[in-house]
Amino acid sequence: MTHREIPRSVPGERRESPLRGSHRRLRAPARIAALPAALLPAVSHADYSWNFPEPATPLARDTLHMHNQFMLIITVLFVVVFGIMVYSMIRHRKSAGAAPARFSGPTGRLQWFWVLVPFAMLLFIDFILMGIPAFHAVLYMEDTQTKADMVLKVTGMQWKWQYEYPDSGIKYISTLATPRDQIENKAAKGEHYLLEVDNPVVLPVGRKVRVLITSTDVIHTWWVPQFGVKRDAIPGFLRETWVKIEKPGIYRGQCAELCGKDHGFMPVVVQALPEPEYKAWVEHKTAEQAAAASSGDRAWSKDELIAQGEDVYAKNCVACHQANGQGLPPAFPALAGSKVVNTPLLGPDGKLAPDTHVYRVMNGKPGTAMQAFKNTLSDVDLAAVITFERNSFGNTQGDMIQPAQIKALR
Amino acid sequence: MSATTLPHDAAGHHGEHHPSGLMRWLTTTNHKDIGTMYMTFSMVMFFLGGLMILLVRAELFQPGLQFLKPEFFNQLIGNHALIMIFGALMPAATGFANWQIPLMIGAPDMALPRLNNWGFWLLPPAALMLTLPFVLELFGVGDGALATGWTFYAPLSVQGGIGVDFAIFAVHLLGISSIMGSINIIVTIFNMRAPGMTLMKMPLFVWGWLVTAFLLVITLPVLAGAVTMLLTDRHFGTHFFSAAGGGDPILFQHLFWFFGHPEVYILLLPVWGLVPHVLSTFSRKPIYGYKAQVYSFIAIGVLSLIVWAHHFFTAGLPVPALLYFMYSTMSISLPLAVLFFCWIATMWRGAMTFETPMLFAVGFIVLFGIAGLTGLVLADVAADAQYHHSYFVVAHFHFALFTGGIMGVMTGVYYWLPKWTGHMYSETLGKLHFWLTVISFNLAFMPQFFLGLAGMPRRIPDYALQFAEYNAISTVGAFILGFAQLLFAYNIWKCIKGGPSVSARVWEGTEGLEWQLPSPPPHHSWDVQPTVK
Repeated sequence: MTHREIPRSVPGERRESPLRGSHRRLRAPARIAALPAALLPAVSHADYSWNFPEPATPLARDTLHMHNQFMLIITVLFVVVFGIMVYSMIRHRKSAGAAPARFSGPTGRLQWFWVLVPFAMLLFIDFILMGIPAFHAVLYMEDTQTKADMVLKVTGMQWKWQYEYPDSGIKYISTLATPRDQIENKAAKGEHYLLEVDNPVVLPVGRKVRVLITSTDVIHTWWVPQFGVKRDAIPGFLRETWVKIEKPGIYRGQCAELCGKDHGFMPVVVQALPEPEYKAWVEHKTAEQAAAASSGDRAWSKDELIAQGEDVYAKNCVACHQANGQGLPPAFPALAGSKVVNTPLLGPDGKLAPDTHVYRVMNGKPGTAMQAFKNTLSDVDLAAVITFERNSFGNTQGDMIQPAQIKALR
Repeated sequence: MSATTLPHDAAGHHGEHHPSGLMRWLTTTNHKDIGTMYMTFSMVMFFLGGLMILLVRAELFQPGLQFLKPEFFNQLIGNHALIMIFGALMPAATGFANWQIPLMIGAPDMALPRLNNWGFWLLPPAALMLTLPFVLELFGVGDGALATGWTFYAPLSVQGGIGVDFAIFAVHLLGISSIMGSINIIVTIFNMRAPGMTLMKMPLFVWGWLVTAFLLVITLPVLAGAVTMLLTDRHFGTHFFSAAGGGDPILFQHLFWFFGHPEVYILLLPVWGLVPHVLSTFSRKPIYGYKAQVYSFIAIGVLSLIVWAHHFFTAGLPVPALLYFMYSTMSISLPLAVLFFCWIATMWRGAMTFETPMLFAVGFIVLFGIAGLTGLVLADVAADAQYHHSYFVVAHFHFALFTGGIMGVMTGVYYWLPKWTGHMYSETLGKLHFWLTVISFNLAFMPQFFLGLAGMPRRIPDYALQFAEYNAISTVGAFILGFAQLLFAYNIWKCIKGGPSVSARVWEGTEGLEWQLPSPPPHHSWDVQPTVK
């Protein structure tokens, strides 16, 4: 991910991003549908998009097409119905000399006919004109399994996404990469402000990917607008959807369900690669993960663990417990001087004991945002972050735990 | 129908026995006093909820975090919704009901006056419950108010702080208040109508409220149950909404929206009932399709009970359920179209003038039309995957609830205020208020449709750069909209204090019992019951 720093607004220059609306490529119906909106005062060089971003999957294309048709239908309905009303408001004014009629309902067959025709038309629009394409679109959207080439498992957690490739065993976490300074307006905002991550999820182009979605804590929603895909991540249940990306590129989206404090800061970034490059990426990532796993078998020094732990802390813990370890009490307790951090690592028998430091990090605390990190962090990362916490923020336990010990405790 | 005549000791009954000062308002059982209190409470909450959302819009004026921490932002959005829905819109509708139903059906008062008093006086403690956690946080107690959005979705609400508990109890109080109010309205309508006023001669406003009252009695207990289950999940170790204990987070969404969708119509039906009266008055022509409108109210009420799951299409429902909820939602457009048809047909070939209530009624029809039409599109499951949880939905339901709800309430206020006070409000200020409201509303919410289409999720305190321009416009619109409402409050206050006197009929084209009483009506209306032919 490149961090190209650009000023907020350069007159005369259009910033291009994949999320940008594709209004120049719209079909005719959409142009007409967008007309009333286009009458709003618009500055030509600013970012005004009138429609969905450019579709990148067949599903998104289907959705955009249907959306454009429906927008056209409702625009016509709006113009016709309120055209009649406006006509009446001009013609049948008291000041225009109108004398009020006294009718209060249809009289005679002809009037009944004219009264019922609009409703017959509406029935046709609802259940035929809109109803039939909508029916097919639902079946298409929900068909996650036919000819699926691979599976991606997405797990939402406060406030990051975990991606897992069951075929190759690859598994990693993806978090917001936008620096805090940009969010707090201390630095110029980058081009992909809030829509950039450290590890994007990588998918092959042209393959149907069945996406399984779940969550470890609260409900999140995985949404990439250009894929036409939005599905809730529900703790304890698997939901599914599918994508088949047509073009290589980087696609950006966000969590769409309010999931707590940093709901606005857990973007989804997908990097779509052509098949050979994707295969190379899988090999590279598998080797990298194997190396990381085997590094857990050796003995680590305390300094190594603390250095690694600082990094892990910055990615996984800082949102709640804060960079200075002071937390945001009472929801997010401080680690500095914390009772849990300053207990012995384990129980007296050398095993996990409730409310000890290792136990809390591995198993989390139910009913709070503190999640069970044994599901998402490796042995090395767990050992590192625990050791880091015990020797930082004024905590002076001085001890450490080895990755091998964590492995044995799992 | 019982032609009840109250034991009235003839003359000198008017306004003699009630205490004055604070005790008058605390102990009153008079429908007009209670109506006035409901309206006043509603106005206060309207400004409180508005203030909250102006803070939110100020934060969203530009990308980056400027004024609010995300935790506080989340508290503001949810409480804005709860306060606007339960504090501003529902009490305003109940205020209308209290003032108007006895006048319109020829009853001396509501059927259950003490219940009526209690129903109102539950509201201030409930409002206090909702807002107290904001204050407590300043003193270091708890971590602020409800931060889950007004929908309380579990498990986020299980995780939340004391704000959730306060909000649960507030919802309980509000629910009890609304159920009592509804029972009162149902009993009044069924027992206290003037001789000769059959159900099918009842004013449409009363019909709208009758359907509303039934919806409230049916759905509020479900909400109360859902939040109670949430409370026990939070504190007593149950697992209704936790998969780890055999529960299901989606169960909460089913229960919540079984209440939540009818709630939309609870907010709108009283307004749909009053708008035809206004259209008929200022078109100087009878209401068109009275029976069709009554049947549409009932049809919409029934349909609203069976479409709830369209609020969570993205939660992953089975295909048959998706199809059922899609088509049942679309079918609401039919009775709604009947209403639009009748409203426009009422205007057709009338002799229209455009005083402030008429302007608001027409503005309501057009803008609410946008809410209806976008609702039709939202019903479509596959397209909904793009709209859902996005600003498109935010724009859609503000077109429904601000223009359909609040502007409808304003229509009613301008229409009936001269009747209630005996004075005419300032027409110039009223018209200025209308135009400022309509223009700034569109400035605030039209861009949100496009934000949603471009992919901006709702309920985020900060956003990517491509959303900046629309958000800036929206914030400007929201601030004008907010400040324009001060004109509304000032106009009402001025009208209560004085102004040109009005006749009993107030407007040239009025029809109905309430216009036979003097303006303002006596403290006890209809000592002698009128007879309807």
